[in-house]
Amino acid sequence: MPPQRSTLRVRVHPLGDTAVLAELGTKLDTALNTRAIALAAALKKRRDVRQAVAGHASVTVHFDPDQITHQALAAAINRLATKRPPLDEPGRLHRIPVVYDGPDLYAVALQLGLSTHQVIELHGRPIYRVFLVGFVPGWAYLGPLPDELALPRRPVPRTQVPAGSVAIAGHQTGIYPLVSPGGWHLIGRTSVKLFLPDSDPPSLFRAGDRVKFFSVGE
Amino acid sequence: MTEVFRVIRPGLLTTIQDIGRPQAVASGVPPGGAMDRFAHTAANLIVGNDRGAATLECTLSGPHLVAEGPRLVAIAGADFQPLVNGAAAPMWTGFFLSAGDQLTFGGRRAGARAYIAVAGGIVADRWLGSMSTNLMCARGGMNGRALLAGDVVSAGEPSGPLVAGRSLADGLQPRYADRILHAIPGPHFTRLHVESREALLGSTFTVSHDSNRMGYRLEGPPLEAPGDELLSFGLVAGVVQVPAGGQPILLMADHQTAGGYPMVLTVASASIPVAAQLAPGDEVRFAETPIDEALRMRAAQRDVLDLLIS
Repeated sequence: MPPQRSTLRVRVHPLGDTAVLAELGTKLDTALNTRAIALAAALKKRRDVRQAVAGHASVTVHFDPDQITHQALAAAINRLATKRPPLDEPGRLHRIPVVYDGPDLYAVALQLGLSTHQVIELHGRPIYRVFLVGFVPGWAYLGPLPDELALPRRPVPRTQVPAGSVAIAGHQTGIYPLVSPGGWHLIGRTSVKLFLPDSDPPSLFRAGDRVKFFSVGE
Repeated sequence: MTEVFRVIRPGLLTTIQDIGRPQAVASGVPPGGAMDRFAHTAANLIVGNDRGAATLECTLSGPHLVAEGPRLVAIAGADFQPLVNGAAAPMWTGFFLSAGDQLTFGGRRAGARAYIAVAGGIVADRWLGSMSTNLMCARGGMNGRALLAGDVVSAGEPSGPLVAGRSLADGLQPRYADRILHAIPGPHFTRLHVESREALLGSTFTVSHDSNRMGYRLEGPPLEAPGDELLSFGLVAGVVQVPAGGQPILLMADHQTAGGYPMVLTVASASIPVAAQLAPGDEVRFAETPIDEALRMRAAQRDVLDLLIS
């Protein structure tokens, strides 16, 4: 199969003298994210790149300025972004059991004009993409969430969200891996451990994986 | 592996740090490592260690340690007035401790973080490729926590000949009174209102008491960076983010790995050690610096460290 051609132009911004942000787009989009993950994987193989991490639609690249200039790296990123075919194989599929009894479930249903049953059914319907793992250890941004479930974040974040809370905000969903502050709406909980400090890598999810939720009783 | 120090008093926050675990950011784990890599590296090179060996990072105050055996050590970074058996000990210079020697500190004179290196390198729990202590995950270093009274710190066997007196010349030591951070405009600098750009680059900010190894909150004129909510991207140490309230946050070694607040500046790599030596309450300014100049500063810093290799 010939490499997929694209007119996609990557905007490369300096992040200080030893890193750049390569921006592929500004929309929450699975195809863009696939490109970002592929670009990060390709960049990591370069000898002048120390680390490349995909965001939703970007790659943060740490590089060795003794080996390459910002300009030359920007050109190399654009070459790779047009040449590199997106990942062919789908990521690993995780099936996550959820007890849908979150403290915000009823309020979410009310705000969306749905029944709690419909919220649960809609949340469990798609196979979500792991866009990126980050923020706190083991946290993964998952999506896209069905339009019917899209809500802005809570106006006042909670200071303590219990570990295992299943949450939604905007067009994304996620699971709090550790007790932490959080502004997303809590609709359920899972006993699955997302952060595995004694495994390597220590996160259950990896960028590009797929996640399906299913409803369980206690 | 040999026991080198017994901890009598740990100091405010003394942790074991090396150069961190950059690969772990893909799992959302902060890269970690010594906040001031210049002082950390200098202390290691002075005692003949590799640059990446683990040291003790002492925050705002020093510990009280007792040497368990003879050992070549060096202290670099913040000046907390090191004392051996009550007599002033040198900084940025290798010296020998004998069994039973008491290493204490008289009090903070300049800077925020002092590094104690021992020949052979400190040996502690390794997690995800690094001995750096990650307090949030409670992993790495001394059982994933800061040192406590009664702990025993161990070190590896020194590899080369042990030479006391290796030293960083006085004129080459950093001056922690210069609280200027050279910085390069970030991807979202142009989101700032014109007045906010001027405020960011022209005002003095105060490091808030709500500051730690993850990052510093900076108190000063509030900044406005309006616009649509951004997608999340990978973050690096040195990034200055502007969250909704408009009080900038400077990300440091244990920073969160991804986020979506506007990134308005990135502190030059050569200025990160200066940032690492800021204490809560210190005033700091940003100076816009071209990338070429930042790279020259970086090369100059590296040349200074290379003087310590022999």
